[in-house]
Amino acid sequence: MRPCTARIVSAADLLATLGELLPTRDLDPHRRLRMAYARKMRDGGLEVLYCLSQGAGHPYLMLRVRPDGNRLPSLANRFPFMGWYEREMHDLFGLDIDGHPEPYPLVLHEGAAHVHPMLQAPPDLPIQFAEAPPRVPAMIGPEIQRLPFGPVRADIAESAQFLFFYIGEGILHYHPRLFYKHRGMEQRFEGSSLPTGAILSERISGTDSVAHALAYCQACEIALGWGPPRRAVWIRVILAELERLTNHLHYFGALAKMTTLKVADAQGHWLEEQVRQINGALTGSRFLRGILCVGGLRRDLDLTSLPVALDAIEADVTLYLGKLDDTRSYLDRLIGTGRLTREIAFDQGATGPVERASGMDRDLRRDLPYSGYSDLRIEIPMQSAGDAWARACIRRDEIRVSLTLLRQCLELIEPGPIRTDQAQSDPDPEGEGLGWSEGTRGALYYAVHYDPKREIFERVKIKDPSFSNWRVFPFTVEDTNLMDYAINEASFGLSIAGADR
Amino acid sequence: MINWAWFGLRSGRVTTPWPEDPGDDGQKGVYGMPRFHPARCEAGCSDCVSACPTGAITQSPEGRTGIDYARCISCQRCTEVCPTGAFEPSAEWAFAVRDRADLIFREAGSEPTDGPKPTPRRVPRELKRSLHIRHLDAGSCNGCESELEALLNPFYNLHRLGIFFTPSPRFADLLLVTGPVTIAMREPLLRTYEAMPEPRFVMATGTCATGGGIAGGGYACHQGLQGILPVDLWLPGCPPNPAAILDALLVLLDRRPARVQCGQLETP
Repeated sequence: MRPCTARIVSAADLLATLGELLPTRDLDPHRRLRMAYARKMRDGGLEVLYCLSQGAGHPYLMLRVRPDGNRLPSLANRFPFMGWYEREMHDLFGLDIDGHPEPYPLVLHEGAAHVHPMLQAPPDLPIQFAEAPPRVPAMIGPEIQRLPFGPVRADIAESAQFLFFYIGEGILHYHPRLFYKHRGMEQRFEGSSLPTGAILSERISGTDSVAHALAYCQACEIALGWGPPRRAVWIRVILAELERLTNHLHYFGALAKMTTLKVADAQGHWLEEQVRQINGALTGSRFLRGILCVGGLRRDLDLTSLPVALDAIEADVTLYLGKLDDTRSYLDRLIGTGRLTREIAFDQGATGPVERASGMDRDLRRDLPYSGYSDLRIEIPMQSAGDAWARACIRRDEIRVSLTLLRQCLELIEPGPIRTDQAQSDPDPEGEGLGWSEGTRGALYYAVHYDPKREIFERVKIKDPSFSNWRVFPFTVEDTNLMDYAINEASFGLSIAGADR
Repeated sequence: MINWAWFGLRSGRVTTPWPEDPGDDGQKGVYGMPRFHPARCEAGCSDCVSACPTGAITQSPEGRTGIDYARCISCQRCTEVCPTGAFEPSAEWAFAVRDRADLIFREAGSEPTDGPKPTPRRVPRELKRSLHIRHLDAGSCNGCESELEALLNPFYNLHRLGIFFTPSPRFADLLLVTGPVTIAMREPLLRTYEAMPEPRFVMATGTCATGGGIAGGGYACHQGLQGILPVDLWLPGCPPNPAAILDALLVLLDRRPARVQCGQLETP
């Protein structure tokens, strides 16, 4: 699979091989497993791919394993965050995982008919479903209260259920039950064409449309050997940074709302709205959809009014963020809240601003630059305290970096073609490709497998950053108090649609 | 220490007077549904049908092309592949209808083929200037939620129109549903509807909810609200922008006329 190195490993040797490749728990964010996924082979069996990063600037390593009689050993005891990938592979592909510490359903809830949908062609009717409670630890004690919150929650919120076990204000155990919104989007790619794939990828996580489309397009382009023209590459960076700017401004509006600053809430959302209107005027879509396609862009954009529009908003953004930093009640609620240590961030697979706030210095834009990022001066803001304030500081500083990157792009960009459908280099012999992007919420991967004729997809795997960060989040909730919960959740800036897919 | 109240006052008023008075709707340059001109269609051409990722565009055995806007995600593929401009980009995003049949393109003035129009239920007078909405995400991509949240920002400031979101279905008049209805959200959706007092209304918001969109079907999703709940207002869009949602809510309340008939937006 381009651009990775591959190694075929037997199921029996899997743990030993990983022991050699990742011998110590050295908390290096560049040397760890990234994701795992299964795919159905033409001979009817399964193949499982484990994606490993081997240091900044080094290509990924793909360990390719054929399960032994549909069984694989669990990696979750050594690499805890792999537990979710393994449960997903069990639910969707029926892969049996030996020695899993939490052998319970994840993606398809308890109560779904016992079928493994990714083994079959898309059915005419959805699978049978009857509600059943989730598996949670038994909590016994007269003082312990249980609060199930959701899936239909207050306000305009995405659907998920949060189970709290608590005494007084103190949270003993917290169980987020996600995947109410699991739409089976990866199967939607099966049999679809290149242009349809781009439209699908924009609709996995609506607020990360560009990051998804970018990772998708790059995965296809590396598989096909296409190199998009320079102008397309610059416009992709511009759209990706506009998306980051929009989402980060939304984040501060939400954080101000949770800390009950009414004016700061209104101001943050007004700034977000202004960027959404800039997005709409620039691309025809407030979510910057409909521009990216495999090979470049679907149409060229007129960027002449963008610098002026950005100038107009920049002073307001700077003033707003400065005022938030000077608000004592806001700082009081954030400093020390929801502390995530570097050890837990590493073990549980944190990504994006969440990991950078816990001292893990990793950002794909700098470490494995894609699109135009290799030609830009990029600064990666870092924090080490790991609390809600550190996470907010990362996002605050990233707004400044995004505005700087936008300016650099707008100076460098020149007229030219915007699309190619010709191979500039050899296509991948297997018709496979891995693409990535650093979205607002963290590292995002697409792995694509074409059919032998290179026309439609046989398998597309999507690794959304929120899938990683939802796994991490509960570790900052337990042993804290209910009053801080909403602020802590807002400080993570999670997407449920992306995690659930 | 920051005086936020002073900062807010100094920022001035940013709320648009639209839609009750002339003003900016905030959607400059934003695409709506593709406009269809069947007269421009070339015989034997089916480029749009094969390009449409949601099956919104279909062709009859006689070769007549049709579009169901309830399934259209406004991806603009048809406008790109059409050799004659029969599908053309437009800014027509205000696509709220009471009768789903009005989202299917047919010659203006003709009757739908599947029988006479149902009589739409009207919102009682006392709700017209005080509507409470329970939003329910039945599996959306978060695009619709993002635009619903935008309605509360100072630019649209939904509250000025007497429309509010409420946490409890017990206080809600309108159930506003987004998403294609996933298998795990079907029961919570039905229970939320059951918990609402009469008279209760349902609005299918976004193409996932009106016709399944790009996510509907497969092993995990239904095809939107049809056949699951009685729907009083249909608003396709992927996602419908805040102005479109605002317009739709006012259509439901009879404070703005529904302007889409036979899949066509009448020009004022």
